[in-house]
Amino acid sequence: MSENVESLQQRAKAIRVDILRSTTEAGSGHPSSSMSAAEVVTALYFGGFMDYDPKNPHWPDRDRFILSKGHAAPVLYAAMAEAGYFPKEELMTLRKLGSPLEGHPNMVRLGGVEASTGSLGQGLSIGVGHALAARVDKKTYHTYVLTGDGELGQGQIWEAAASAAKYGLDNLTCIVDRNHFQQTGAAEEVLNMDPIDGKFTAFGWQTQVINGNDMHEVVTALKRAREVKGRPTCIVSLTHKGQGMLKLLEKLGDTNYHGKPVKPEDLDAAIAEVEAEAGV
Amino acid sequence: MAGASSALQSKRPIGKATRDAFGRALEALGGDYPDVVVVDADVSNSTRTEWFGKKYPDRFFNIGIAESNLVGVAGGLASCGKTAVISSFAAFITCNAYDQLRMAVAYPGLNVKVVGSHAGVSIGEDGASQMGIEDVSLACSLPGFVVIVPADEASTRAATKALLDYKGPVYLRTGRPDVPKIYPDEPAPFTIGKANLLRDGSDVTIVANGLMVASALDAADELAGSGIEARVLDMHTVKPIDREALLAAARDTGAVVVAEEHLAHGGLGSAVAMAVAEQHAVPIRFVNIGDTFGESGTPEGLLEKYGLTAGRVVEAARQAVSAKKNG
Repeated sequence: MSENVESLQQRAKAIRVDILRSTTEAGSGHPSSSMSAAEVVTALYFGGFMDYDPKNPHWPDRDRFILSKGHAAPVLYAAMAEAGYFPKEELMTLRKLGSPLEGHPNMVRLGGVEASTGSLGQGLSIGVGHALAARVDKKTYHTYVLTGDGELGQGQIWEAAASAAKYGLDNLTCIVDRNHFQQTGAAEEVLNMDPIDGKFTAFGWQTQVINGNDMHEVVTALKRAREVKGRPTCIVSLTHKGQGMLKLLEKLGDTNYHGKPVKPEDLDAAIAEVEAEAGV
Repeated sequence: MAGASSALQSKRPIGKATRDAFGRALEALGGDYPDVVVVDADVSNSTRTEWFGKKYPDRFFNIGIAESNLVGVAGGLASCGKTAVISSFAAFITCNAYDQLRMAVAYPGLNVKVVGSHAGVSIGEDGASQMGIEDVSLACSLPGFVVIVPADEASTRAATKALLDYKGPVYLRTGRPDVPKIYPDEPAPFTIGKANLLRDGSDVTIVANGLMVASALDAADELAGSGIEARVLDMHTVKPIDREALLAAARDTGAVVVAEEHLAHGGLGSAVAMAVAEQHAVPIRFVNIGDTFGESGTPEGLLEKYGLTAGRVVEAARQAVSAKKNG
């Protein structure tokens, strides 16, 4: 499945609406952390970068997507529903008892989830394991890992970065959703990890810095990542937390908006803002 | 004289260390188990996974001194269909990487075999920081994990094959020093979750694992001299515990002693006490390290200092028998 940029932009809008609806219905969750990554996740699933089969989620040759920032589960679930892993109505069961759409992804209960995450800093190591398995099995699948920027405070990220470089894992791409906020405030103030691209470069990775809310740039960067040989790629994806509802967040006086669903009375305004987003 | 001696001073013939037996078994089984991959955190010449690594370099990865990453990488490999074997010192792999064991292995129930070597005070002179004395407790606290503490080289070989055949997460504890042989024949009897009855008796049951199995047998010899017939169970699997064998032991002998090279809390003693209390409560006495760290010293000296001797097992058995009579 490979769509053009305009079509991907429409998908990203639909995914943002699903993020808003599902988290408001759940009454909890992390819509702003999910919405910042909507272009990247949409491009991965629908831009021709991943081969997968929703009817056979464990197909061994599939490309993999690991959501290391597990609290952004709503963007993953919205993309998976769009892709046909489960009916879209199920998005409304998010976080409810008995639903496989848990607050953070659980690979046992939802086929197509590649790693159970929610304790930050671990997804890149798991991605290294997937990439090494491909090498052992002489398979050509590619593994993508999406981390947050605050998550880079976990030392395990850098353990994983060093090991991926040691083994020259050009079948591994790490995308850092650089949305500039973490739970208690600005990422630069909580623990400044700048320059992020410089750190990955120093570990031996190919790096790119892009506007991660611009579908053209996202698609171009993911294409380049597939062409790099002999080393893993890190894409530092500069985004806005809550992209798509920034006007609403400004009105609410909370540009971080971490771990809060949009209140039912604000939902229509948020959806209207997503649908009116410039450039689409 | 059995009374004062540690397991390492048993009169039984000394065999190889359990870490050596694991390393040789893994190397030997590598050809029959093409899905096995081994990841190391730069201690393979201590844990003995280096022997597999030399024979199968394409299936061996040294990711550096980084236990958290070690466990995460193993989770990734296992979710791609590999049987991922990872090994480090018991203290480091269970304590340093506990959350990774929880999230990347236990929660998804993946096929990762975690081998903690250099467990217990019998590691010796390196001291407390290197001694895994809470590893069994931590491993038992991981939902879905099987936890195995083999007694000698033959049972470690058998355990290694059993854990490769088993689908799911397993913790295997191995040790540094050469230990007495318990099982002279090959292969040693080994079924996950099924205790081995080493000696029958009707007065008290000694439940032991690891190198304390040798002390349990020595203690049973000494007790027999004073007319107490002790049953000895090698409880190599701590989780799932063999409830059937424990229920029979409690009913038939009416008194239990648990001996292990581990902290007082959360290890074999806790598992046996819970099973016995639920099914047929009888007096139980415990031989273990207590609630303290170890220190540097010779393995023999440390085992004696921390009460891990046949003499302490004898004493505990006498107390349990006495409690039964007075109860």
